[in-house]
Amino acid sequence: MLFGRVTGSAICTIKYPGTEGLKLLIVQPLNKKLEPLGALQVAADVVHAGPGDLCVMVRSREAALAMPDVKFVPIDLALVGIVDELVVRPDGLFDFTLKSGRNLYT
Amino acid sequence: MILGKVVGTVVTTISHRDYKNRRLLVVQPLHLAGDVPDEDFIALDNSQAGIGDTVLVNREGNGARQALKNPDACVISVIVGIVDSAFVQP
Repeated sequence: MLFGRVTGSAICTIKYPGTEGLKLLIVQPLNKKLEPLGALQVAADVVHAGPGDLCVMVRSREAALAMPDVKFVPIDLALVGIVDELVVRPDGLFDFTLKSGRNLYT
Repeated sequence: MILGKVVGTVVTTISHRDYKNRRLLVVQPLHLAGDVPDEDFIALDNSQAGIGDTVLVNREGNGARQALKNPDACVISVIVGIVDSAFVQP
């Protein structure tokens, strides 16, 4: 699951059966610092997000499971939440390396 | 499953019903010294983890559905454990 910023919408008149009525949005995938991660993608919307919204997205088969009715649809990216508040600690605060030998975390 | 560290929290008032009543956390995967770190991601919390905890994360949909006991959950990453210690062969 990853962050995405809604940057626009896509409209298709002819769609695969089961995806009629689905809202398609153009999103920019983002990392935890909200920096762009790769190219723009199209996501199906089930939470009524709008342009500029920061969202939580889910990929692969689980994106199709997010659909309200038909769960067997060709969807591989879905918006599943609209972010109201995001708290991320700066990188220098934690050590992300696994050292040789025993690593104690408590 | 992978080891990661919780570095942030996400609050979503409007979210899919499968995400209700559980917290979303930002997880940074751990890596060996000298390796390139993997990209961070968001995971659903199933173990009462918090910022700074080292956690075990299931990053596969079927395992996530079993952990959440919901056969249709649209969730991929679920925190399934809090790590006390890890041993890496020198």
